[in-house]
Amino acid sequence: MHDKTIAQISAGLAAGEFSSEELTRALLERVEQFNPQLNAFITITAGSALAQARAADRRRQQGEAVPLTGIPIAHKDIFCTDGIRTSCGSRMLDRFIAPYNATVVEKLNAAGTVMLGKTNMDEFAMGSSNETSFYGPVRNPWDLDAVPGGSSGGSAAAVAARLTPGATGTDTGGSIRQPAALCGITGLKPTYGRVSRWGMIAYASSLDQGGPMARTAEDCALLLGAMAGFDPRDSTCVDRAVPDYVAALNQPLAGLKIGLPKEYFGEGLDRQVAQAVEAAIAEYRKLGAEPVEISLPNSQLAIPAYYVVAPAECSSNLARFDGVRYGHRCENPKDLLDLYTRSRGEGFGAEVTRRILVGTFALSAGYYDAYYLKAQQIRRLISDDFRRAFEQVDVIMGPTSPTAAFNLGEKADDPITMYLSDIYTIAVNLAGLPGLSLPVGFAGQRPVGLQLIGNYFAEDRLLNVAHRYQQVTDWHERVPAGF
Amino acid sequence: MKWETVIGLEIHAQLATKSKIFSGASTSYGVEPNTQACAIDLGMPGVLPVLNRDVVRMAVMFGLAIGAEIARRSVFARKNYFYPDLPKGYQISQYELPIVQKGQTAIDLEDGSSKVVGITRAHLEEDAGKSLHEDFQGQSGIDLNRAGTPLLEIVSEPDLRSAKEAVAYMKKLHQLVVYLGICDGNMQEGSFRCDANVSVRPKGDPKFGTRAEIKNLNSFRFVERAIEFEIERQIDLIESGGTVVQETRLYDPDKGETRSMRGKEEANDYRYFPDPDLLPLVLDEAFINAARTELPELPDAKKQRFMEQYGLSGYDASVLTVSRDLAGYYEATVAALGGEPKLCANWVMGDFSAFLNKDNRDIADSPVDSVRLAGLLRRIEDRTISGKIAKEVFEAMWAGEGDADAIIEKRSLRQITDTSAIEKVIDDVMAGNPDQLAQYRAGKDKLFGFFVGQVMKLSKGKANPQQVNELLMEKLKG
Amino acid sequence: MTPLGTAEVAKIAHLARLAIREEDAPAYASNLSAILELVEQMNAVDTTGVTPMAHPLDMAQRLRPDEISETNYRDYFQAIAPRTEAGLYLVPKVIE
Repeated sequence: MHDKTIAQISAGLAAGEFSSEELTRALLERVEQFNPQLNAFITITAGSALAQARAADRRRQQGEAVPLTGIPIAHKDIFCTDGIRTSCGSRMLDRFIAPYNATVVEKLNAAGTVMLGKTNMDEFAMGSSNETSFYGPVRNPWDLDAVPGGSSGGSAAAVAARLTPGATGTDTGGSIRQPAALCGITGLKPTYGRVSRWGMIAYASSLDQGGPMARTAEDCALLLGAMAGFDPRDSTCVDRAVPDYVAALNQPLAGLKIGLPKEYFGEGLDRQVAQAVEAAIAEYRKLGAEPVEISLPNSQLAIPAYYVVAPAECSSNLARFDGVRYGHRCENPKDLLDLYTRSRGEGFGAEVTRRILVGTFALSAGYYDAYYLKAQQIRRLISDDFRRAFEQVDVIMGPTSPTAAFNLGEKADDPITMYLSDIYTIAVNLAGLPGLSLPVGFAGQRPVGLQLIGNYFAEDRLLNVAHRYQQVTDWHERVPAGF
Repeated sequence: MKWETVIGLEIHAQLATKSKIFSGASTSYGVEPNTQACAIDLGMPGVLPVLNRDVVRMAVMFGLAIGAEIARRSVFARKNYFYPDLPKGYQISQYELPIVQKGQTAIDLEDGSSKVVGITRAHLEEDAGKSLHEDFQGQSGIDLNRAGTPLLEIVSEPDLRSAKEAVAYMKKLHQLVVYLGICDGNMQEGSFRCDANVSVRPKGDPKFGTRAEIKNLNSFRFVERAIEFEIERQIDLIESGGTVVQETRLYDPDKGETRSMRGKEEANDYRYFPDPDLLPLVLDEAFINAARTELPELPDAKKQRFMEQYGLSGYDASVLTVSRDLAGYYEATVAALGGEPKLCANWVMGDFSAFLNKDNRDIADSPVDSVRLAGLLRRIEDRTISGKIAKEVFEAMWAGEGDADAIIEKRSLRQITDTSAIEKVIDDVMAGNPDQLAQYRAGKDKLFGFFVGQVMKLSKGKANPQQVNELLMEKLKG
Repeated sequence: MTPLGTAEVAKIAHLARLAIREEDAPAYASNLSAILELVEQMNAVDTTGVTPMAHPLDMAQRLRPDEISETNYRDYFQAIAPRTEAGLYLVPKVIE
């Protein structure tokens, strides 16, 4: 039962083959069994999950089920869940019981999904390996010595290990796509503004976007259909109809123009990753698509610009964590300054501290133009690169990550090397475009992801392109040994 | 040395909306602490701001009223600093691109001339909460009800040259925002307050001196006293060989002095940047035109019209147009009476305003409405009662005894205009005061007033004073 | 630019209200210097005349009607507060 996709579970529930409660119990048992190894969940919500499952079963009996009713999922612990701890992977929020639901949670609840728990993540979504979590690193189910990627590492590992058929993630610089690639699953970062950010704890507001993580593009389509849509509580959320992503999955790919940015296939790309990506492109050729080489000339500037924009926004977004109204507060502050500096110093880990410091510096008097303004200009150049590319091609393809999963601890002490692992994903966030990663092979025993980048609001196209590939390949069906 | 004072004011007007600038929490004043602070106002993790339409409409109305440029595109920025009453660790404000730019207003000076004061900009921002310093086991208490209340910060050019000018300007803007209905103007509740930037320079020097900023002045009197104190402080300092430092100062109304706000003096680095949670505010002509149609007649125009239409003096017109309510009351009185604008003006500015003040009432809940006041004035006009009796009638009307006619009837206050009746009273008075009569006839003219008084007294004030004068004059001659 | 030293880090940390242990300061200084060096690769490109992009989407701010939509949740919100009394959040004395 646990090896079924969301689409299969939905069919099984509809056919009465099993109940949501039975499925939920089975998955909770797996979570209990494997979480000690993987550390994919920060909080397991067995009690409320079973209540939700029973409610979903009743709803089905009353004939009011929709495709996601009774489907167990997990939420990244960055989404606020009313009455349930929402830690954001940080000591700062270790005891923070959110007093309201994120819109994404609200929408998935309304569809009747069952929340198994809250997944582990890099602290405040800052990291690419899930090693910055206050709750310890997540392990990659394909190789327990490897990282699962980050920041949505818990969601990726939980889906890959079949602890949940789907999960939510967020992506600021690659945090859905890179862990999806490293764990061999499918993950979609939607167009900026497609999914509401209300209740999603902000890292970098102009880059953050929530999205689905699951085994297949079809499952992502099902989840995104419920997550996306206008939210009057988010000024940056777009008021635009949500297409039927599932209905669009089977469009033929004949004549599809695929852009292959030469900058994504150069130095630094692992040979085995390159081979897997090239094999996938060959498969697309067979499906009738037409790959062409393109150029995104400012690609090498994406990481430098990102490490100004994201830290600058985070330095301000994280100022609210001051030990006054909620969150960690130091013992016996001797004065106000002590309350602030110690609560924050104790509450935040090293990577968060680094980024707050970088952002504070970049915005400070005398440096704003040289850093922040310059980065905003580079952002424009990068966005223009994509605009020009989409005049020629329908989708852009390349590796999601330059390497397969690296070892735990391998890059933990070297922030710069860690940052470079997001080299292919970051530009997409700066431009606000949708991006998807799907499994296309292995480098040794570790999965390789192919990244698809689409034009604004072309999620339906990306899901369609990924789905057609998954119809003719079985990388997404591979199960890590032992799970 | 002759010194010249240079003053610029930053006025914070709280916009009169029902809900906050970025959240749906109520803005009402004086409720239990933190009961009107929603998740957004508290800066909870994951919350987001959405801009209140009326806040924008009100800012545009203000901009139009001061002949300013309305920015078709303006941007909200974050001003980053840590303070317990600032929940997010930043204040959302407009920085580089404010919604209102380059306007002006004219103020009346004491010598009767008028002066144009430039308004550099007016921008939208959110208010902070309140720190309560009563002792909670050595701690301060934070109330965030006010956090997120919409403010319009109006920044003047450094065009003001004295404390009196500063007060005149502040009063002018106060009148304007209340006229526009965009601010309740309640200074005690902090709805209208200002920071004053004050510097001095040798007269004729084109360079500005170093300025001190006096924070949070919430009454016209404090503005005047604080600035006057500060001018004197700076001049004394310079003349005794010191230099003025650029700093923030607080006015202590009890001691009547300004003092440095030490502790907040560390160099502020606000790290402004565009708020990524908000998009550029773009205004089209339709929005601006809609705001324009909502503009009421403005105080200056109304004053001018009152002078022309009602033949009032500049002073009377100013007093009567000080608020929209008073001007409206005046015009309704004239309309109900069907003329006599000067008589109406005297009564509205005189007894009517005095009684309002005495009872501390608003015009809206005055016991004497404009129709009733006109009813009283009509009886003065047709000589049913004298002006003096009218005061008595007005007082009775104020006390709720009915309209003028009813009171005149009930109290028998109708003026005596029958010549023979008045002559009868005069005869009685002369008969009763033979000594005075003799002295008067012996040339002591001053006693005339005595006889008038006696006649009025005997007639209980009802005899027509003009007739009394004429008849007395006649009869006393003998 | 020249690498940041521990004194600069201390200054930035103060602005960000972050207590940093003295023994950690050199590592942060070297991390920050390396990150800034990475970031300064931006200078390789001339961006004269390029309009800064603050936002991925070219949209205007939406306006909401002036309506009261929130009710009093004080007790619920303050249940997670570190210290409150009489409905107020408590902090060490604020000096004006």
